[in-house]
Order: sequence, then structure tokens, then C-alpha cells
Amino acid sequence: MTQKNFILSLEGVSKSFDGFKAINDLNLYMDEGELRVIIGPNGAGKSTMLDLITGRTQPDRGRIEFGRDTDLTALNEYQINRLGIGRKFQTPSVYVDHTVFENIWLSLRGSRSLWNTLFSSLTPAQRERIHEVLTTIGLTDKADWKAGALAHGQKQWLEIGMLLAQDPKLLLVDEPAAGMTDEETAKTGELLMSLAGRHSIIVIEHDMVFVRQIARTVTVLHQGSVLCEGTVDEVQNNERVIEVYLGRKKKEKH
Amino acid sequence: MTRPFPQRELWLVGILAFIGLVVLPCLNAFVPVDSAFHVSTFKLGLYGKYLCYAVLALGVNLLWGYTGILSLGQCLFFALGGYMLGMHLMLMIGNLGQYQKDIPDFMVFLEYETKYAATGGLPLHWIPFKSFGFAAAMVVIVPALVALVFGFLAFRSRIKGVYFSILSQALTYAACLMFFRNDFTFGGNNGLTDFKFILGHDLNSPTTKRVLFICSGLLLLGVYLFCRWLTATKFGLIQRAVRDSENRVLFSGYATAHFKLFVFVVAAIIAALGGALFVPQVGIINPSEMAPEKSLEAVVWVAVGGRGTLIGPILGAVGINWLKSYATHAYAEQWPYILGLLFVFVTLFMPKGIVGLPAQLVALKRRFFDRSKNEATSAAAGKIKSSQA
Repeated sequence: MTQKNFILSLEGVSKSFDGFKAINDLNLYMDEGELRVIIGPNGAGKSTMLDLITGRTQPDRGRIEFGRDTDLTALNEYQINRLGIGRKFQTPSVYVDHTVFENIWLSLRGSRSLWNTLFSSLTPAQRERIHEVLTTIGLTDKADWKAGALAHGQKQWLEIGMLLAQDPKLLLVDEPAAGMTDEETAKTGELLMSLAGRHSIIVIEHDMVFVRQIARTVTVLHQGSVLCEGTVDEVQNNERVIEVYLGRKKKEKH
Repeated sequence: MTRPFPQRELWLVGILAFIGLVVLPCLNAFVPVDSAFHVSTFKLGLYGKYLCYAVLALGVNLLWGYTGILSLGQCLFFALGGYMLGMHLMLMIGNLGQYQKDIPDFMVFLEYETKYAATGGLPLHWIPFKSFGFAAAMVVIVPALVALVFGFLAFRSRIKGVYFSILSQALTYAACLMFFRNDFTFGGNNGLTDFKFILGHDLNSPTTKRVLFICSGLLLLGVYLFCRWLTATKFGLIQRAVRDSENRVLFSGYATAHFKLFVFVVAAIIAALGGALFVPQVGIINPSEMAPEKSLEAVVWVAVGGRGTLIGPILGAVGINWLKSYATHAYAEQWPYILGLLFVFVTLFMPKGIVGLPAQLVALKRRFFDRSKNEATSAAAGKIKSSQA
């Protein structure tokens, strides 16, 4: 690989759980501002990969670097987040008892120290930024709602908004379209595409219609390593992909 | 964004504080003993005890109701606070004890005079407790340190939920067994008792008891206001966020372990302050105060009163202990069953406790009305159908 401005690079990463190789000698490089979609059959290691990047688990072998020289494997979850890596979970995880406004407020970029939370109050600039985020995710009129009262799709957007509020360099989004209606899915796709460029984004997704909508580069994971990489069409016509992924899917249907 | 003080709660707190801090002490001090309105010094002492329990309950609630950490060992900190002040009170007995020696009776009985001959029978760590100031500082410092060390280890290892509950229960049980031992220098199973003076005042005089009662009321009010402030800050928002979705908080860049540790230490200090005022009013502190079932009771008070509310734990603690004083007279043997049933009932049918009851009743009433309205309309529809037929 030539030396480019990678925002994220995984080199020779392996991780096994009780002998099962969830990630096996994985190599993955991402350019700054890129929107990358990752697909793969169940158990391909997609979520484990996100766990490794965000510090939830540590790899057995390999390097995970953020930017040019930050080694992520030595850091824990909140330290990695503070570097500018935000993660959206598969099931929407928002603070159900807080208002939508407060959900964004707690996510806003800024000091995370305990003392600061005791003695700081909301500044006008922060308030403005919160409303900006709410406009982006289309929840302005629900600012005072409890997050628990939102519809499923709106919760997903709120969580994406919480990531945006952190102003991360890299967003990791795990199955954002799961459980959404077609219309909501399309809207989510638009939202993600509008964010690419300013942020680098990794999206894990199953829904191929959605993948086709947003993807420029698709990476296919299989048994913990990269099977192939390319445009949606290239990937869908790749014989090995058809064999392990689409072929298997057909089988499962019976 | 600080939340405004709800008007209704302001009134309720104001009225309760007025009754507790002014009315009851006045009824005790100025109303003649034979009057129906007189509050006996014994009763006042009993109420003072309830107020200390209410302080403990506020601490439990700060942990469980607001942060989602169910500690089953909060009475350890309550008892430790009590022991620290109790040590000072023991030394203030002077030579008025049974054995008329300068050291506490149990030390004479356990032959500390030969064991610790160099210091006249007093174990080394007892000596500084001659100073009230030192003892008062230790009331806060010792429980805070214990909470800090235990909490640090537990939260760093990400021990959560039921595992944390079990560990905290084991901690208080272990401490309880340790304090039961005579050679642990805290009076073994008898604990510390027979106190005579506090700051030179006779502990048996009605005036001292009244002042202690008022102090308990002031402490409760202070802790209440502190909790009110804390839960209204951004910190309070994060506390509840940890309760509802800890991973989200962690992956948003907050070191959740630090936040949990802070709350755990604060709750321990609150419990200890309650315990320190409990001891001079009750006149005894012994290891049974840190037995696991005591901490369980405190959790029941909070559940019954309404966890995650500020006023609920106070109502629960005072209410249940008042009920207990009555029930242990009338149905001593059945009390544990009554308490258990109460807990089960509240958990199943009143998730928000006493505080949530009004809202529940309103909802129930609305549902009932809707149903009767629905029945009326369906009955009317049925009539139309039958008339058409």
C-alpha cells in the first residue's frame, strides 16, 4: 500500500473467542472522508471488527491505527471516543428517560470531566449547536419529547444525531436501517450520504437495496477476513461472493 | 439547564420541614406532659431515628434510583459512621462506667489493661478519638475510604448489576463478622453503648435529645437539598444515562467508572452521616447494624417510597419504620413477612412506589371511564343493530 492519508488502517488483525476465529488476519484501509459499506454473512466478524476499533475488545494480534500514528489497541472505549471515533449500536441505544434535547446535549463535543458536569451549564453556543443537529436529523419539533416515546426509526436518527453532536472524524454505524420502513431507510441513506466527506463513515448493513443506495466502495467480510472489495456491481458479480454469501443466502431460504 | 423546583414539592418539603424542625420540638418542650398534644422525649428520639434512616435511604436512592447501582451493603457505611462517633462517646464516659475505670468497660472486661499496658489499656487507634473533631472527621473519611477502595476495584473490573449487589452484600457481611470478634477492639457483639455525654452535654437530658432530633432534621433537609441539586446538574443527567444505557455513555467519551465511583462514595458519606447521628439518639451501635438484612430493609424503604424520586425514599423510610415500631409491638413474629409482602406488592403493582400512586390512580380512573364509555357506545351500537333487525 502506498502511503496515503488513511483515517483508519487495520493490519493483520486477529481475534478469537474460545478457539473460534472471529477475525482472521484482517487488513482494511480507509481514506479520509470515505463512506465505506461492509457486508458479509452472519458471523463474518462485522460487529467484532467494530468492537476492536472502539476498544470494547482487544485483538490477539495486529495493528489498528487511527490517523497516521495513533495505536487504538492500547486505549479503552472512552479514550478512543475522545479521539473522534463515534459508534452507533445495532439496536438503538438512546437515553430513554431524557428528552431528545438532553440526549444531544450529553453527546455534544466538549469536556467529559466529572467536575465539569457538576459545575457547567448550557451555553448559548451549545444550545445553537444542539438545534443545528436536531435540524439535521429532523427532530426539531420533538426536542422536548422523552426519547423513549420516539418511534423506532426516530430513535435510530436520534442516535445518529448523538454521534454528529460529538463531531467525530470517523463514524461507525451498525445496521442503521434495521427495522425501518422503506421510506425511513431511504431518508437514513440520504442523511448518511450528506455526512460523508466531512466525516469518514463505516456502515455495516444487510439490506442490499440500502447498500446500493449509499455505497461507493463495498467490502465483503467472510470468516473474519476481507473476501473482496469494490463497487456494488463488482461485488455482486464476484463469483466467490456469490458462492459464500448470496449462494448461502439462497440455501438458507429453503 | 436546571430544572425548576416543582411548586407542589416545594410546599410539601416546606411543610414537612416546619413540622419536623419547629412543631415537634416545640410540642416536646413547651406543651405540658399531661396534654394530649405533648410529644414525649421517647417519641422524639424514635422520630429522630426515623430521620437518620431517611438520610440513609436518600443515599441508597442516589445509587439505585438515579444511577442504577443496587448496593446491598449501604448499612455498612451507616454503621461505620456510627462506630466512629460511638468511639468518641465511649471515651467521654470517663470513669462513670461499671468498672469505674478511665477506659471503656469492655476494655476492662477483655483485659486490655495488660494487653495494651503501654497506653493504659487503650488500643493505639482509639487514642485520637478523644477529640470530637477527629471523630467527626473520621465519620466521613473512614466510610469514604472503604467505599473508594471497594468501588474502585469493583467498577474498574466492570462488575455490574446483580454481581455488584452480591459483592456489596458480601462486603457488609464480612465486616459484620469482623466487628463481632472481641479482638477487633470494637466491643465485639455488644458493640459500643452506655454513652453518657456528647460535647459535655448529658445525653439523657430532654434538651440534648431535642437538639439531636433537630440536628437530624437539619441533616435530612441538607442531604435532600444536596441530592436535589446534584440530580439537576449535567452530572445528574449522566447519572440517569448510566442507569438507562451505560454503553452509550461509555462510547460517548465519558469514563462511566469515575461517575459511578463518585456516586458510590457520596452515598457512603451520606449513609455515614445518618449513622453518626443515629448512635447518640439510640444509645448503642453494634455489629448487627451492618448485618445484610439491614441493608435489604433500606432498599425496601426506597422501593416502597418511590425510587428515582427525591421525596419517596424519605416517605418510605419514615413510613415503614413507623409501621415497624407499631407492628413489632403487635405482631413481632410476623413483621418480616409483612415487610416481604409489602416489597412484593409494591414491586408488582406500584413500580413508582407511594410517590407514583396519585398518577397511577388518575390513570386507573381514566381507564375505567374510557371503558365505561366504550361499553356505553358499544351498547348503543348493539341497540341500533337490534332495532335494524
